[in-house]
Amino acid sequence: MKKKVLGAVAAAAVATLALTACGSGGGSSADSAKGEISYWLWDSNQLPAYQQCADDFHKANPDITVKITQTGWDDYWGKITNGMASGTAPDVFTDHLSKFPDFIKTKQLVPLDDAVSTDKVDLTQYNDGLANLWVGQDGKRYGLPKDWDTVGLFYNKKMAADAGLSPAQMASLSWNPQDGGSYEKAIAHLTVDKNGKRGDEAGFDKNNVAVFGLGLPGSDAENAGQTQWSFLSATTGWSATDKTPWGSHFNYDDKRVQDTIAWWASLAQKGYMPKLETTVGANAPDAFGAGKAAINANGDWMIGQYKGYKGIDLGIAPTPTGVDGKNASMFNGLADSIWAGTKKKDASIKWVEYLGSSACQDVVASKAVVFPAIKTSTDKAAAAFAAKGIDVSAFTEHVKDKSTFLLPITDNAAKVAGIMKPAMDAVIAGKSPASSLTDANNQVNALFSK
Amino acid sequence: MTTLTKHPDPELSATGRSRKSRKSQKRGKPGAGFRGIGDLKIALLFIFPAMIGFVLFYLVPTIRGIYLSFTEYSILGDPEWIGVKNYQQIAKDPLFWNALGVTSEYVVINIVLQTVLALGLAILMHRVAKSTLIRGALLLPYLMANVIAALLWFWMLDYQIGIVNQFIEWVGLPRVAFFGSEQWAIPTQALINTWRHMGYTALLLFAGLQAIPNTVYEAASIDGSKAVSTFWRITLPLLRPVLALVLVVTVIGSFQVFDTVAVTTQGGPINATRVLQYYIYQRAFNEQDFGYGSALAVILFLILAIVAFIQMKFLRGNQSDLD
Repeated sequence: MKKKVLGAVAAAAVATLALTACGSGGGSSADSAKGEISYWLWDSNQLPAYQQCADDFHKANPDITVKITQTGWDDYWGKITNGMASGTAPDVFTDHLSKFPDFIKTKQLVPLDDAVSTDKVDLTQYNDGLANLWVGQDGKRYGLPKDWDTVGLFYNKKMAADAGLSPAQMASLSWNPQDGGSYEKAIAHLTVDKNGKRGDEAGFDKNNVAVFGLGLPGSDAENAGQTQWSFLSATTGWSATDKTPWGSHFNYDDKRVQDTIAWWASLAQKGYMPKLETTVGANAPDAFGAGKAAINANGDWMIGQYKGYKGIDLGIAPTPTGVDGKNASMFNGLADSIWAGTKKKDASIKWVEYLGSSACQDVVASKAVVFPAIKTSTDKAAAAFAAKGIDVSAFTEHVKDKSTFLLPITDNAAKVAGIMKPAMDAVIAGKSPASSLTDANNQVNALFSK
Repeated sequence: MTTLTKHPDPELSATGRSRKSRKSQKRGKPGAGFRGIGDLKIALLFIFPAMIGFVLFYLVPTIRGIYLSFTEYSILGDPEWIGVKNYQQIAKDPLFWNALGVTSEYVVINIVLQTVLALGLAILMHRVAKSTLIRGALLLPYLMANVIAALLWFWMLDYQIGIVNQFIEWVGLPRVAFFGSEQWAIPTQALINTWRHMGYTALLLFAGLQAIPNTVYEAASIDGSKAVSTFWRITLPLLRPVLALVLVVTVIGSFQVFDTVAVTTQGGPINATRVLQYYIYQRAFNEQDFGYGSALAVILFLILAIVAFIQMKFLRGNQSDLD
């Protein structure tokens, strides 16, 4: 009796094993250019465009299905890293210039050089410089560019008109770190207190401000002032690192950047910009949408959100001209990278090449959410924005005039941010002088001397 | 014991008959009498599921964490043994000492307020509010997830749109940056957690109050003791073992404050809420420095062990005055 039962159990076990073996055998078929691949991105605004790309891609390659997952920026990188450690990272994911150096260092990305040469991907179709950003220090290519972004000034047209500032004046502001130039004059004039007094009028009550001239989303230390102050500091000739990409020495001890930050922080003390402590938990674009701020400096990927605020007549001006007499913008771009742990490398390569092709980038362009990396697609995106009634020349002119500079691409990006954020917060909050950044800079540079 | 001393003739108890009856009793109710090897096997069987959880989720991670604290490890790649270097760096790390400071501030505010308020509530439940509905309602905040409670208060206490600040302004006082200002950020978070945990702590203390026999109170009132002195001389001393347990558990819990900080201030403003657990998370998961994070975690573990030991020792939590 007992033996019989055992035998039955054994038979069942063998059958189960055989079945599961069959199952897994079917899943990881020999041809890795088939099956389902996973793709992650963080921007929900871009999800519809890329879903369209994935559907089109599936039509052209019926053997491959792309499953897209969108996760907000705050959780995105933690999930990717943990996924890499536990073997569950996506096959393909949207990559960021500040993050990919660490992935290269830990060998988590698939080099695309062979694919690019066999499939003859035209790297010159992308806007100048974008493709080579994704070449590591080892000379290998780890991503194909998908889009680019620059920074501009979003402003409330009605408030500007009430203050007597014409769109032409808003588009030709100038700045210097001593008195802030016409940029500060405009900000001060656009600031209105509860009694209706403007920021540059006598009797202005800086402790009871109804509308701030300039919004404050935070100290913006994580991405080297990408949207808030880098377009100013760059005109002083300052650069965040000794070389870009792959710098190994930061320059926050430089007087030029410290003067820029000191000027910026002074706006909060003068009542022209919210105090940092009042912005914790607040959303700067939403405050703009609620009519609590007249100008917001931000990136072009925010156009859709700013345009969406009801009752706001949106104006977009280029960044102010600075010390060198020119205006500037940080130039950043995203790319699609393949995780080294993927089991469907061939299919993933096909998908990345499709994402980097004009077929997909034209679809993205038509949705008017971001500027695709391919030159011709960029023009199509500008046309799509124009069709929506949005003049995006404030963003595109930086690329045409080559007035851009790069986001610092370095190792230890997360650690640098961990040191710089509290240090920058302290300066913006008025708790420490700008010269205290020298101390933080020493800590940052110590990371690279290990 | 009592039956033995009451027995008129001790020799009778040693008769075969009484032994036999004891044996039969043992057979009748397995497990009630002598615990032999046979019981051990069953005991192990029952402990086994809990043991798996303990070993998998506590013991192994603890040992691995201690090992990792002596390494440099970025989760991707292999850990590299670097000896006590992490600990040497921690000793010189101003952010660690800052974290220890703000965590302590949080613990002190949280524990003092929570214990005092919970004790008051427990006494009210014991003496006044006999209704199960009211007693149950006190537990409501605790039923809410920490993150939800934190976000709810984050929203209500917001500088710009929060209802609390609307009220403060309406009363005629200047708005308060509850989460944004360095001096308010920690007290605010401590108050939120006090609000959430108070009912639960009160419930534990309430159970302790119920264990104090009524006869003691009767004796006290016959002796003419007033309510206040009854509280200080009878209630509090007899509640001590429960109070000790509650304090040990809540102190350990509040040293590990994390979720409230993670969903609200994320360590800021500047470093005002960079509590130990959040700093550990930041170093390990944000900055991929799992060796350093593990070393910080080991230090937190040691601090908690010492604090718990001191509390047990001084509050004599393992003894009761009721005997």
